[in-house]
Formats: sequence, structure tokens, C-alpha cells
Amino acid sequence: MNQFTYIRPSNQQAAIDAVSKDAQARFIAGGTNLLDLMKSGVIAPEKLVDINRLPLKEIQLNGNILHIGALALNSDVAAHQQVKKNFPLLSQALLAGASQQLRNMATVGGNMMQRTRCGYFYDTAMPCNKRQPGSGCGAIGGINRMHAIFGASDQCIAVHPSDMCIALVALDATVLVSGPKGNRHIPFADFHRLPGNTPDKDNNLSKGELITAVELPTSPYQHHVHYLKVRDRASYAFALVSVAAALDLSNNTIRSARLAMGGVAHKPWRLYEAENALAGKTATEENFRIAANVAVQNAKPHKHNTFKVDLAVNSIIIALKKAATV
Amino acid sequence: MKKQATEKSMDRVDGRLKVTGGAKYFADHQPEGMLYAALVCSPITSGRIRNIDTKKALHAPGVSDVVSHLNAPPVPGYKTDNTNPKQGLKIFYDDRIYSNGQPVAIVVADTFERAVYAVSLVEVQYDQEVHATDINANLNKAFQNKNMKDYVRGEVDAWKKAPVTVEAEYNIPIEVHNPMELAGIIAHWETPDALTLYAKTQGVKSVQQTLKSLFQIPEQNITVHSQFVGGAFGMALRIWPLEVATILAAKKIRKPVKLVITREQMFTLAGYRPAAIQKIGLGATEDGKLTGITHHAVAITSPYEDFTEAITGMSKFMYECPNVNTTYQLVPLNLSTPVWMRGPGEATGAFALESAMDELAYKLKLDPLEFRLRNHADTDPEKNLPFSSKYLKEAYQTGAEKIGWSKRRMQPGELQEEDMLVGYGMSSGTFGAGRGRASANAVLKADGTLTIRSAAADIGPGTATAMVQIAADATGIDPAKIKFLLGESAYPDAPRQGGSSTVSTVGSAVTDVCNALQQKLAELAVTGHPDFKTLKISDIIFENGQLLAATNSNIRIPYQNILQQQQLPEIQATASSQGGEERRKYSFYSFSVHFTKIHVHPATGVIRIKHVVSVADAGTIVNTKTSASQMIGGVVGGIGMALTEEAILDHRFGRFVNNNYADYHVPVNADVPPTDVFFINKKDPYINPMGSKGLGEIALIGFAAAVSNAVFNATCKRVRDLPITPDKILGKISS
Repeated sequence: MNQFTYIRPSNQQAAIDAVSKDAQARFIAGGTNLLDLMKSGVIAPEKLVDINRLPLKEIQLNGNILHIGALALNSDVAAHQQVKKNFPLLSQALLAGASQQLRNMATVGGNMMQRTRCGYFYDTAMPCNKRQPGSGCGAIGGINRMHAIFGASDQCIAVHPSDMCIALVALDATVLVSGPKGNRHIPFADFHRLPGNTPDKDNNLSKGELITAVELPTSPYQHHVHYLKVRDRASYAFALVSVAAALDLSNNTIRSARLAMGGVAHKPWRLYEAENALAGKTATEENFRIAANVAVQNAKPHKHNTFKVDLAVNSIIIALKKAATV
Repeated sequence: MKKQATEKSMDRVDGRLKVTGGAKYFADHQPEGMLYAALVCSPITSGRIRNIDTKKALHAPGVSDVVSHLNAPPVPGYKTDNTNPKQGLKIFYDDRIYSNGQPVAIVVADTFERAVYAVSLVEVQYDQEVHATDINANLNKAFQNKNMKDYVRGEVDAWKKAPVTVEAEYNIPIEVHNPMELAGIIAHWETPDALTLYAKTQGVKSVQQTLKSLFQIPEQNITVHSQFVGGAFGMALRIWPLEVATILAAKKIRKPVKLVITREQMFTLAGYRPAAIQKIGLGATEDGKLTGITHHAVAITSPYEDFTEAITGMSKFMYECPNVNTTYQLVPLNLSTPVWMRGPGEATGAFALESAMDELAYKLKLDPLEFRLRNHADTDPEKNLPFSSKYLKEAYQTGAEKIGWSKRRMQPGELQEEDMLVGYGMSSGTFGAGRGRASANAVLKADGTLTIRSAAADIGPGTATAMVQIAADATGIDPAKIKFLLGESAYPDAPRQGGSSTVSTVGSAVTDVCNALQQKLAELAVTGHPDFKTLKISDIIFENGQLLAATNSNIRIPYQNILQQQQLPEIQATASSQGGEERRKYSFYSFSVHFTKIHVHPATGVIRIKHVVSVADAGTIVNTKTSASQMIGGVVGGIGMALTEEAILDHRFGRFVNNNYADYHVPVNADVPPTDVFFINKKDPYINPMGSKGLGEIALIGFAAAVSNAVFNATCKRVRDLPITPDKILGKISS
């Protein structure tokens, strides 16, 4: 590990200044991913700006908006009464992620900033355009069982590892950001990026911008929801595929639906077309299957992950069935 | 021997130390002036080191030295004659790279962090050569060395002529031991020819012997401490180049040096279960009697060592069958050397044999348990000897009853519950019940406490606890007053903890030394104690920690009173013990059966094991609690082998892509179902004084087949490539 300096500012502006004015500085919150990356030599920040003293931990329902501070712990959000009652999909997704020990350390903002778990990204002796632009993609033509089937490029086929973010994108969350140029709101679906020709960029934050909160509008998706995570072991494993499904049902008719997938793309993958295919339909397995087939029509699997297409279809159907019958 | 302590549950004697952090593992030691080491490892898979530039590293803060083949002290035991390429990896010997991750230098600094940082500053240039890491692409290189003999009983390939046959290929991937505790060592040359080590090892004496020959210094000049080991599963059965590298660094720097390798390095520096391809042919009569077994195995090894194990062993004796032939070959690849991993080759072979038995049972339309019973070997068909003890049929019966085997349907896919397909599977396991040679020393103090020493190991099963129980039975002394000390090379000789033989081997030495001590007490009594001086030694009985006159039960005296009366602070005895003639008269094996009930999710291919029943025929069980824990641990390892564990190589680079705990999936608690363990607990009359066979290996051997057979029962799909991940079942589910 390289030498680095460490500061712990107690106000937000000082933290933002520290990072925006220093090309080698990085924010650190729970550190559950950043420290891994530093130990693996993937990144070597010269300065760590610990933001844990900033007052960004609150979880609060203000009118129709659930406000979740960026430093709220994954475990606290998952267990929060209002989250469990009004946003159960988020709670389920959080509990499907990592392990209890990690959730106790990991923050909401940090969860969004997780980098891919692609083995080529982590191994500095192998090519990776995300880690070292221009070095090539090890996973294309390599071991790609865990990799993307949607939205990838010939530069990168890595996937975003988060579970929480799959629920947030499904629930139309907004990301609150504060930076050297002031505050802004980013729709959650626009926060993360597809790899394109710049796979080194995971998201649309500018240098020095700090996630301060995530906000969720209250929605009809408070009951008929299900987060399904398919993985190689029962806990503490990244998703082969995951599905966040939410239905607004009236007499078994779907007024509207929200669907997103994890483990399949470089960003939390919202399935808009499948949602449209469900709107106004009866909640039947047949209609779920039609929507699931719509969802995968542009899938582009690689050598080891062709199974993800069928698995995605099946998982969407199961998640919708479970959501419909909760 | 009157049983007062064995065949009972007893808490671990060191349990409190372990859970309170009081147990000192190798890396917890801190000799004065100790420095920290980290390894520079090759990112290429075959070739030569062109140049190593250490300037930047040597200028980094706190760095003492960078040791490589350019400046390492010589290892006098390395052969300089290179005509035989199979000499093991001679670390820091020349510029040759045989595998990815091979250490090319060791950096030593005043802190761990500085050593790790300085590793990144060592600049190494390589000349890369073509490498090979894929067994499938290199089968043309398969060979047999002179120790790998083909086996033939009866007719070769007789199975082909049978009315009912099965032929199938089974593959297992590389599995890595991955104990929680990482490999490493602390090395300190107290003088130029006296070496002290804090090691992670399954045998302190074995470390001593290896280093004696490598460094050519007297055995007594090598002190090895290894009191606690944080899991090993076989990876600490030998000295690895990483340890020699540390010893060389310590020699050059003349200070104690500690190395703890990284999790990533555990995949390339401390052994693994070799990937293997097995082809099995089985033939049977219409009524389910085996007529032929053919078992071909090919497994991987390194370029510089031939690692062999008993992959085809079980096929030779497990079932009554007149015609058996087996072959075993190795494919050398640019990988480090494999090593025994729990259940070693037998676990690999049992997956193939016990899967094929299930396949043939289906062809015969026979219950797989009934099929096994029809082919039960009453005597050992390989050695033509009676088994010393074999209660496998009882184990089958118990297991079947406890899992609810009668609920199983022969037709796959018929049972469902909770929207899941339900499958039942079973398999047998077996492993040789060994007894090696060991010595022990016992000291009885005038305060009545007994301390026994032997250079045994405890990698987790609870060695000292079992030995205290055995000594309590042998002497009648309260277990609370007995200590068993292990893990020191200065103690009397004991073999490595491996092959399920510690209780058998060391327990026998403990029994013998307790008997020897009692003889000394009897001698003291008849020569010096007024109550006993009219008696002969043979008139004395030992009971409950007391000497008794056989002729007069009123004459009884506690052991320590003899010492007190004769004003002796202590007496001691040493004894050696080993098996004898019985090992030529009988065939010694432990047996196990594993039953599983599983759920398979039809749409995702996710498998959840719902219930496991494992039954062991392992002779007398010394400690029912630690033995049950050991069986459960074997099941957990078996779940990993069956469902989750695979070290994945990118053959283009020769590097592992999942070399960490997040991506290499050791089972977690949520993967492990209620696991019921039963012991036959009947004494083996011949193996040793306790009547105990081993159980560390049989806890795992066969388990993977019990899962894959259940998967077939649930889905009608036979998965012959481990691990059985969801993608291998998805879309294959029977409708």
C-alpha cells in the first residue's frame, strides 16, 4: 500500500475543498470497498478525506419524500421502520447485499460508489480498460461468467455489484450532490454510466462532488414488491442476476410496474420496456413471461454467461410472481 | 482400561484460550528485533528473470534488504545436478519461472506496511515463454512415474461385457484449502547454525527433518514451535518455498523475520487439491451384482514435482467385484505443486465412483442403497484380508432411517415442496485407518498432576483434549489434573497430523506411556511403600488414580502419595508405540455414509441442501463432541466441493481470477443445513489400545456425490463437473 495522508474534516465544505483541490484525494466513508482497492494496488490515493464526521446520517420521511443521508449505514437503512413499511423493496435489496458485518460499516453513498468486482479490474497484472485505459479488456475472451449481458462495450463488460442500487433505480430515487460548484440533483438512473469508450468512469460525479443524500418519493410500490437475488452461495456472494420487482396492483390488474436488474450491466439496469409491457395487463404468469422476454431482447451474452439470459427471464418471472402474491 | 473419560463429550481443554484470544498462533509471536517480510511474485507463468532492480525498494523507508536468487545465501541441501528436473522448487536458486505467483524476491522491512509498499518498488524484468495451465489442452503430456502402477484384478475392462453398464467422465476443478489462517513463518537464526521457527505446520518434527536436510545443520539445532494452527486441511503438511524464502532472508539479515502471505498468494504458494479428469466404467448383472470396474484418472501437478494421491484407491476395494482395473496419470502444468487436501485423492475418486454407482443403480432400476448393499465387500477384495472392523451396513441403515430415505422416490423430479424440486442422495466414503509410530513423555508430580508431551499437532480437531481423555482412561486420573502439550519439536517424536491418524498413533503412545508410568509407580510401591512391600508388581491394580493390592482391597493408595512418601518431586516415563503384526493380518479402514436431502429451484437452478445425515464407522469415539464437530466440518468442506468451490484460471495468463474470499466461495453458514452426525462407536479390536479408527477424512469423502446424486434425483440431470453451480442445472430441469 502506498503512503497516504488522512484528514477528518468536520464540515462539508472543508471536505469538498479537500478533495476538489487535490487531484490525488479521495473521500472515504465505510471504506469497505476503497480499502480493498488500495490493498490490491488498483488505486493509490495520496490523501483520504474521512467524511464520517459530517452530519449525513439521518433517515427521515419529509412529506412525500424519504430522505436518506449518504452516511446512513446499510444496516440502519434496511432496519429502519419507515423504510420497511413504505419502501420494503429497498430494505430487501440491502439485506441481500454483502454480509451483516459489511452492512454495519457500509454507507449508502459508499454503496453507490462501489466499483466492479471483475477479477481483471482487481488484478494489476492483467489488462483492464477500467483500471488502466487502453490496456484492453481481460474479460472479453477471458473468464466472463459474472459479466454483463446488457449495455456493455468492446472496451468493458464489467457489472455494477450493488443490490441496494437496483432497488433505488427501480424506485426512481434522486441523488443529492454537493460540490465545488454548488448543489445538484441527479436522477438515480443517470447517476451510473455505461462503459462506452470510458469504462474508467463509473458515474457522472465531477471531481470533488460529494453525495450527501438519496431521496425517494413515496409511491404505490409499498406492498407488491420482491427483490430476488440469484447467487452461487446462499449469502455473501455477488449476484449472478438480481431482480427488483414492484407492482401497483388493482384487482390483479397491473396499473404500473417497476423492474430493474443487477448483475447484468455496468449500471443498475432499469427495464423500462418490460415495465411498459406490464402496464394495464393482468398479473398472470403469461404476462410476466411476455415482459421478461421483452426485457432480454437486446441481451448480448459472452462465452461463459449465456445462461444469464435464461436466468434473467426466469428470475424476472419469479420476482413478479412473488411481488404479485405478497 | 476402565473408561471414565472417553466416549463422552468433553469441552476442549484449550477452548477458552481460543475464544478469548489467549491462544498464540505462529504470527502472534514477536521475537525481539523481528522484521517483516513480503514477497515479490512473478506475474508471468513461464520463463526467466532477466533482471531485478531493487534500488528503489532498498531506498524506501525502513527496508532492510531485498533477497532474491541474485544474493540469497545458498541452500546447501539443494541439488546442483539438474539432470532430474523433479527436485521441487528451489527458491531463489536461479532465474527460472515455472508458475505464476512464484516468489522471485522477498523484501524485509521494519513494518509490515513498509515491506508491502517496497514490494511495489522492486522492478523485475522477465523473458516470457509459452506456458500451459489447462489440463484439457495438455492431456497429451500425461505420464506415469515409476511409483504409479496400473492395477488389474481379474480381467481388464470387464465392465464392457456386462448386461448393464455405465460409462461416464467426472471432472473436479482446482480447490484451494483456504483455511482462515494464512500461511507463513517466523524464522530466526540464533547463531549461524541454530534456527528457531514459529511455524504454521501439521508436524513440527517434519519441519525439523526437512530443514535439517536443506540447511544441513544438526536436528537439535532446529527448534520448531507450533502450538496453535488456525486450520490447514492439508496445506501445512509440508514446507513450502515461502518458508524457505523467509529462512533465507533471516539468515542473510541475521534477525528474526516474519512472513504472512496474502489471501491471493494462498492460491499459488501453499498447495491445492489438483484438478482431475476421471473416466469410470461400471458393469453389473441384471440383478445388480458388479462384474467390472474400470477407473482411469488424470490429475495435474507442477513442472518440478510429481504429486500423487490415492484417487483410484477406493475403486479397488469398496465393492465386491471380480474384475477391477485402474490407471492414474499426471499432467505437468505451469502451476505450483498440489498437496493433500482433506479427504485427499479418495475424495476425488469417491466423487466419480459413488456418482457412477448411482448412475448404474438407475439403469438397474434399483435403489442406490440396495445396490450398494448387494455389492458390499465383506472382506477386502484388494488385499484379500478380513477388515479389522466394518460396520458399514449399520451405518447405511442408520443414515437411511435418519434422513427419511423411505420418502425418496426413484423417479427423478417427482417430489416437490415449497415450489422446489426435492431430491435425496447418498454415498459411501472410506479412508485407511492408519497407525504410525509416536512417542510420548509423561511426568507425574507429587501434587498429583500429570503432564504428557509429544510433538503432535492440532490443526483444529482437538488433539490435546482427546489425549487428556485417553490418559485419564489409562491412569484413572481426573482429566482436570492432566495436561497434554504438543507442537514443540523438542518433545518426543510424533508424525504429522494428517491421514486421520493422530488419535490412533499418538493416542497409542499416550496409553503406553501411562502404562509405563504406572509400572514405575508399582516398582516404587513394592520397593519402598510399607503397605505394598510384601507384594509383587503383578499383584498391583491401577484404578481411579490409585494403586490397589489385588489381594486386599483395603490396601489402596493414590499415585501421588507414593511420590510424597518417598519424597520424590516427580517421576517420569517415555514410551514409543506403533502398530505390529496385526497390520499384516487385517485390512484397516474407516467408513462413512452421507445422506442428503436437497431443494433445487427449478427456474434458477439454485440448490439448497436442507438436511444432511452423516454416519461414521470410526471405531471407538474418544470425544463425541469434538468428533461430531469434525464430522460437521467435513460436511461443510464437502458442500464447498459439491456446490461452490473452484479456483478459476485464465489460461491465457496462467493466473487465477477469483483468488479471494469474496469470489472463491467457501460455504457460509447459510449454506450449511441442519447436519446430524451419528457414530457407530464400536471398538476396532485390532487397530490400537483405544479401538479408534480415524474420521477426519471420511467426514468429507463421498459427500460431493451424495449431493450430485440428490441433484439427479431432484432434476433428472446428472452434473459430472464440480462445483454444481446454478448455471449447470438451469434449463436442464426435467419438465
